[in-house]
Amino acid sequence: MSRLIERHPIWSLVILLAIAILAWLILAVWPPGLEEAIGRKKVFLNAVFNGITLGGLYFLVASGFTLIFGLMRNVNLAHGSLYLFGGYIGYGISTATGSWILAFLAAFVLVAIVGVLLQVLVFRRMEGQDLRQTMVTIGLSIVFADLMLWAFGGDFYQVQTPAWLIGPIQLPLMTAMKSSGEAVFLQYPLGRLVIFCGSVVIGVAMWLALNRTRVGMIVRAGVDDRDILAATGVQIQLVFVLVFALGAGLAGIAGVVGGTFQSISPGEDTRFLLASLVVVIVGGMGSIPGAALGALIIGLAEQLGSVYIPTYAIVVTFLIMVLVLALRPQGLLARR
Amino acid sequence: MSLIQEARARDGMLAGDAVRQPAVWSVTEQPWAWAVAALLLIMPLIANGFFLIEIFGTTLILGTIALSLMFLAGYGGMVSLMQLTVAGFAGYMVAVFGVSGNANISLGWPWWLATPMALVLAVLFGALGGALAVRTEGIYTIMITLAIGAAFYYFTNQNWAIFNGHTGINTVATPHILGIDWRMDIAFYYLILAVAALCYCAVLYLSRAPFGLALQGVRDNPRRMAALGFNVNAHRIAAYAFAALIAGLGGVLQVWNYRQISPGSVAVERCIDILIVAVVGGITRPVGPYIGAFIFVMLRTFALDFLVKVGLDGNRFRLLIGLGFLAIVFWSSDGVIGLYERWRKRGQLAEPRKPSGGHGHG
Repeated sequence: MSRLIERHPIWSLVILLAIAILAWLILAVWPPGLEEAIGRKKVFLNAVFNGITLGGLYFLVASGFTLIFGLMRNVNLAHGSLYLFGGYIGYGISTATGSWILAFLAAFVLVAIVGVLLQVLVFRRMEGQDLRQTMVTIGLSIVFADLMLWAFGGDFYQVQTPAWLIGPIQLPLMTAMKSSGEAVFLQYPLGRLVIFCGSVVIGVAMWLALNRTRVGMIVRAGVDDRDILAATGVQIQLVFVLVFALGAGLAGIAGVVGGTFQSISPGEDTRFLLASLVVVIVGGMGSIPGAALGALIIGLAEQLGSVYIPTYAIVVTFLIMVLVLALRPQGLLARR
Repeated sequence: MSLIQEARARDGMLAGDAVRQPAVWSVTEQPWAWAVAALLLIMPLIANGFFLIEIFGTTLILGTIALSLMFLAGYGGMVSLMQLTVAGFAGYMVAVFGVSGNANISLGWPWWLATPMALVLAVLFGALGGALAVRTEGIYTIMITLAIGAAFYYFTNQNWAIFNGHTGINTVATPHILGIDWRMDIAFYYLILAVAALCYCAVLYLSRAPFGLALQGVRDNPRRMAALGFNVNAHRIAAYAFAALIAGLGGVLQVWNYRQISPGSVAVERCIDILIVAVVGGITRPVGPYIGAFIFVMLRTFALDFLVKVGLDGNRFRLLIGLGFLAIVFWSSDGVIGLYERWRKRGQLAEPRKPSGGHGHG
C-alpha cells in the first residue's frame, strides 16, 4: 500500500478522494441542492448496495475463472455454462427438497465433477495451446447451452429464498431527515446481504488458503513455474484437477446465488461469461484480489450507471475496461 | 502462438523455410476452382430465387464477413471476435444515414452518400477497436474483441436515439441505379458475387504485397520485425482497418439483404458464429471462410428437416453446429481445407503419413 503511494502519488490521491466522496455520499445527510440535482439519497444508496452485492456475485463467477487461468493457463470460455448449469441444479434441488443450503452443496459438487471431467478429457490433451482451448471451449459452451435449453426449456427459473431470509432489514444508514428531525433509515433485503457476506467469506477463505497453507503454496508455485514444481515431485496433474474442480464449483455456487438474486434462463451463460471476462481484464488475469476489486468496480458501475444514465450504463462498464487497458494493460492488481 | 503456427506445427511444416512459402491456395492453382467460379457466374440460370439469395447470397455475405476475420487471424495472427460487430455497425450506419421506415432516425441521404459514409465510419470503428486490441496478445485479444462486441450489442439494445432500441431499424431502402432495383434477386446476387470476388482478390493480392508480407512477418516474429524497423502496432492496426473495410462491405450487403437491422443481428452468438464459419472452413486461406459459410448456411437451412427426418427435435440445430465445430477443432485446426489438403497430399505421396498426430504435445 505504501509502495503504491510512493510510486503513484497522484493516482493514490485520486483514489483516496473518490473513496472519501463515496463515503460522504453514503454517510452524510444530503443537502437539498444535491437531492434536486441527482435525485433522492435512497435511490443512490440502493444502487450502491445493489452494485456491491452484484459485485459479490461477479466475484464468485470470476474468481473461479481467474483461478483456473492463473494456475493452468487454461482458457475456459465454457465458464458461463458452468454458472448456468449450477443455477439449474440449484433450482432443481431446492424445489425438490425445499432446502436452500442443500442446493448450494449439490451445485458445488455436481459442477465440480463437470469441471474435473473437462480438465481430464479436454484440457489435459491440449496443454499450452491457448487458441485451441478457446475454440474447443467455445464449441463446448454452444453444445452445453443447447443441451440445457433442451432439458430445461426457455423459461425463467428463480431459486426460492428460504423464509428466514425474506424481508428487508433496517440498516444504520440515514436516507433522509424528516421535517420533525426524525431520521429515516435504509431498508435493504436481508437475503442479498447474507449472500454478499457469504461471498466475502469465500473470498477471504480462498485468499487465506492460497497464502497460508501448503496446498496454496503449491498452487502459487504452479502459477509461477509449473515445470520446476513438477520437477520437485508434486503431482501437478492432481493439483490441476483439484483447482479446476474448485473453480468450477465456485461457478456452480454462483449459479445458485444468481438464481436467487435474479433468475436463471438461457443467455445468462454468455452474460456471466462476459461479466467475468471484463472483471478479470480490469482486475488482472489470474489474481484473486484483482477479481475482487474488478467485480466491485464493475458491479458498482453497472448499478449506478443503470440508475443515473440508463442508456449508457453498458458504455460506462466498457469505458472502465478501455481506461484500464490504456493505462495498465495487464490489469489493476496483476503482478506482472 | 498464432493459429496458423499451430496448424503448421501439426502438419509438420515447421521443418525449414523451404516449405514456408506463403500458404496462398489460390483459385488459379486449382483446376476445379474455375468450374466453381463459372458455376457461381451462371447460378441464376440454375437456381431459383430461394436458393440464389437464401443459400448462395447469404453464403457469400457471411463468407465475406468471415474473410475479414480470416485476414486478421491467418495473416496477422490476431483472432478478433468483433468482425460481425463492425459489419453490424456498417449496416446500422447505412440505415441511419440512408432512407428507412424510421423517418425520425434516418437522415435520408441517397445511397451513394450513405454507403461510403457507413464504410468510412466502419473502418474508423474497426481501427479504434483494433488499436485497443493490439495492446494485448493471443487469448486476451479474443476476450477484448468479444467484450467490444458484447458492449456494442447491449448498447444498441438500450439506445433509442440512434439505434432505435431492440426493435431496430426497419424497411431500409436499397439502391436503384440505372433503373434497376438492386435488391431484385438476380441483380442482388451479382452484386454480392462482385463484392465477394473483389474482397477475395484484395485479400489474395494483399497477402503477397509488401504490407501483407510484413504483416505475416509480424505474426511470426514481432520482435524481429520491430528490430528491423517495422512499426509492429501500426501494421496490426492497419490490418484491423482493412479487415473492417471488408467486414463493413459485408454488413452493408447484409442490411440490404434483410432490409432491416436490429440488435439481434449483432448479438454475441452471431459474433461467435463468424468465428465458427472461419474456423470450420479453414482460417489459413482466403477461400476457407466461404467454404465454412456454405457449410454453415446449408446446416442452418436444412438441419431442421434433416433432424426431424432422423426422428430428433428440429430445434437441435445449434447442437449439431456445436458438435461439428468441436469435431473440426479437435481433428483439424485448419478446418475443412486442412482436411482436404492432407487427404490430397496423402494421395499424391502414396505413403501413409502419420495421421495428424500430436494432439497432446506440449
